[in-house]
Amino acid sequence: MTPQEVRLQPFPPAGLPDPYCPEPAVIRSIETETPGVATFRLELQNASRQRMYRYQPGQFNMLFIFGVGEVPISISSTPGEQAGIDHTVRFVGTVTRVMERLRPGDVLGLRGPYGTGWPLEQARGQDVLIVAGGLGLAPLRPVIQTLLARRSQYRRLLLLYGSRQPMDLLYQREYAGWVQQGLELMVTVDRADQSWNGRVGVVPALLSRVSFDPTQTIAFTCGPEVMIRFTVYELLARRLSPERIYLSIERNMQCGVGLCGRCQLGPYFVCKDGPVFAFNRIGRFIRPEHF
Amino acid sequence: MPMSGGVPPIGQAVVLNKTDLGAIIEQLWQAGYTVIGPTIAQGAIVFDEVHRLDQLPIGWTDEQEGGTYRLKRRDDKAYFGYAVGPHSWKKYLFPPRLSLFSLQKTQDGFHVQQNQEPVPRYAFLGIRSCDLHAIEIQDRTFLYGPHVDSHYQARREGVFIIAVNCSKAAPTCFCTSMQTGPKVERGFDLALTELSESFVVEVATPRGADLLTGLPYREATGEDLGAAARVVRDTASSMKRHMDTYDLPELLYNNLEHPRWDDVAKRCLSCTNCTMVCPTCFCHCIEEVPDLDGQRAERIRLWDSCFNPAHSYMAGGMIRSDIRARYRQWLTHKLASWIDQYGVSGCVGCGRCITWCPVAIDITEEVAAIRSDADKRTKEGSP
Amino acid sequence: MTTRKPRIGVFKFASCDGCQLTVLDCEDELLDLAERVDIAYFLEAIRRPLEGEFDIALVEGSVYTPEQEEYIRDIRQRSRFLITLGACAAQGGIQALRNFTPPDEYPRVVYALPQYIESLAKSRPASDYVPVDLALQGCPINKQQLLRVLVQMLLGSKPRVPNHALCLDCKRQNIVCVLVAQGKPCMGPITTTGCGVLCPSYDRPCYSCFGPAYQPNPSSLTRRFAHLGFAPHEIQRLLHGYYSQAPEFREEGQRYARS
Repeated sequence: MTPQEVRLQPFPPAGLPDPYCPEPAVIRSIETETPGVATFRLELQNASRQRMYRYQPGQFNMLFIFGVGEVPISISSTPGEQAGIDHTVRFVGTVTRVMERLRPGDVLGLRGPYGTGWPLEQARGQDVLIVAGGLGLAPLRPVIQTLLARRSQYRRLLLLYGSRQPMDLLYQREYAGWVQQGLELMVTVDRADQSWNGRVGVVPALLSRVSFDPTQTIAFTCGPEVMIRFTVYELLARRLSPERIYLSIERNMQCGVGLCGRCQLGPYFVCKDGPVFAFNRIGRFIRPEHF
Repeated sequence: MPMSGGVPPIGQAVVLNKTDLGAIIEQLWQAGYTVIGPTIAQGAIVFDEVHRLDQLPIGWTDEQEGGTYRLKRRDDKAYFGYAVGPHSWKKYLFPPRLSLFSLQKTQDGFHVQQNQEPVPRYAFLGIRSCDLHAIEIQDRTFLYGPHVDSHYQARREGVFIIAVNCSKAAPTCFCTSMQTGPKVERGFDLALTELSESFVVEVATPRGADLLTGLPYREATGEDLGAAARVVRDTASSMKRHMDTYDLPELLYNNLEHPRWDDVAKRCLSCTNCTMVCPTCFCHCIEEVPDLDGQRAERIRLWDSCFNPAHSYMAGGMIRSDIRARYRQWLTHKLASWIDQYGVSGCVGCGRCITWCPVAIDITEEVAAIRSDADKRTKEGSP
Repeated sequence: MTTRKPRIGVFKFASCDGCQLTVLDCEDELLDLAERVDIAYFLEAIRRPLEGEFDIALVEGSVYTPEQEEYIRDIRQRSRFLITLGACAAQGGIQALRNFTPPDEYPRVVYALPQYIESLAKSRPASDYVPVDLALQGCPINKQQLLRVLVQMLLGSKPRVPNHALCLDCKRQNIVCVLVAQGKPCMGPITTTGCGVLCPSYDRPCYSCFGPAYQPNPSSLTRRFAHLGFAPHEIQRLLHGYYSQAPEFREEGQRYARS
């Protein structure tokens, strides 16, 4: 292949705002989800900016703590459903650890939304199979809520979800409502405790318990990368074609706009070309480990 | 046929005495440009501010090979008788450390203050074809992507460019393979070809022509142009290193588990030098630098590298957790995924990564090793 | 964040006091800092008995005597976050060079009455005895790095120090590589950053007073040194200096000691 010539346009107009500038956002509420995980509902301090703020399920924001830095967090609320923007956060990193001490009313920084969303249009009229592990349910929660709100437009809705331990399962208070609205839910944990009498085992193993028609199914998956891999391989083995499998992946994202280069996966900048990809686009790059 | 005094025609070549370059430098400073050119420092030909002709490395050259660089005296008084050195022009357009903005804590949160520092208007003197291509490649990253980097743009926009056609190729050069030289084709105001007593000057822009106005130049004769063409031709034919770029992206993508990655991992130091000297590498990191009292913080941007383990670090761990993975990322990005991202290769064949690798790892050799082995394996019919 | 100022203690083990001096050298910043922290124990600056608990313990020096072994355990129990300062506390320091010889050899040579010398068999880092939360490298440590860590902690964040090769910061300062351009045996490619690129900015090769970078590749670099004409004992000395006990340097150095 010879390098194709790209015609360069004249210089773009000067004086555009710095893409790295965060905006102040107020914490409206903090809901503890599981030990070490909480959902922060944020609103931009500038009310008109908040009203103009639009996002799609699957996109993420860069959250900012003064003096410490930024962290990419996917949006876990549903567009149009409420005033605030939800972010489900695990307190493990340099930035998120500080978030553990914040209280409603405190101000942090936000910029976004960034990245691609889940292809909800393409799911219309299909069986939708959602496979999530651990915190990977967060960016899929708006998918579930959106699909259930337009329940009649889709055929079967299945959620296969698992976590390490029963107490790590996210959004447990919402499961009953989801099922009532027509979601088929299967939950598993890697390790049971006394309180648990449900399934035990890894998430991809749940796939063997469900039947689906590969010609009329679309799958969305998110979670630890190893779980995603096994889920995808299992789905492929069940003859679901690669362009019907969507995954959301995580990389080190700092700029959010495809400039800093840290989140690259082969030809893609996960921050702008992803985080949601069809498997036929990234399969060859996600197969080799550590790429 | 002297033409001196008038405005030279654009698109034509004129001949200028070498020493008149001094007047050009002076005029550029007078016109408000910060003139950057080659000069000697720390045992190498680097880029820095140039005010006078005697700051240029006149009569000097370099000897380069994998992992070594030495300055040497020439036996003539050539102005540009050397190849590219450790610096690239990206240090001016994409500074290694840049304060983007500062943040001040306020009663109801924080306030952002953009960095208002004035940006110099640069004139680049002595830029080579490979480096001119490198700037075009970085333009695609910082100016023509989904986001325009205003910091890069502010520095890039008005740059005055006096290019030089290479009269010498280092043994580490391979621009002919990458089709990026040695002759400069576009993107300059003036382009010089050095002959023994004079420069043949291609005039490409009105402001380039303005700069020559008043200088004692003459119209280039067929003989002058022939001599200039010979300089470039001789340089091209003396190029010792080559890279076969045929179907390179597919070759690399199909060999992501090739044993050569393990082999190079034993040699690679993951020290980041190749990416730092590379004129197209653009990876960077953003750091928050708080004051001691916690009331003010500065947001800075720093050059970073895919060889820095932190580059792929997330709270869950490192994606590219060993040197093999990091070298593979660099090479495949440079030569394969760059083309997917920007439509051109990220390599301009300047050879800096070869010279400035402390252990002499050679990108052309690594590619050749993968290619020869891949070809062999294909011929043998094994996967 | 709690309103109480964090209580900091600075403790000395077997060391030259250089890292503690670096703490004192933060003159201007120390005044700012003293408003936000309570320096409750720091013999070089304040005479006060050791009592109570500490939010942050800064520990200088290697563990060298049986008393010090008890002392480090005591400090660990009293401290929420323990940071070691410098090469001695991180890897045993220059005095750990004696770890390569039998324990009683040096006392016999140096002291008239070696029976009064009571030391452990080896000079060892604090982390050999107690869990360490963060290690600041260097001989001595870098002041800016220390301040940055303290500020990060005051902000409630988990402090992190970069551990990439020195070269990255060297090139960020546009310094020409002294190894490539002058053939000097620079340890920068396998040395962790943090010093501010002191030596190369004065045209001198790095001698690794900050110790190994993350995943160093010493055998490749030393092959290069040998190729440039450096003798095995010269190469060994580069590896067996401030960080002779860092596993990657220890083993590679021993290879050259034998050859």
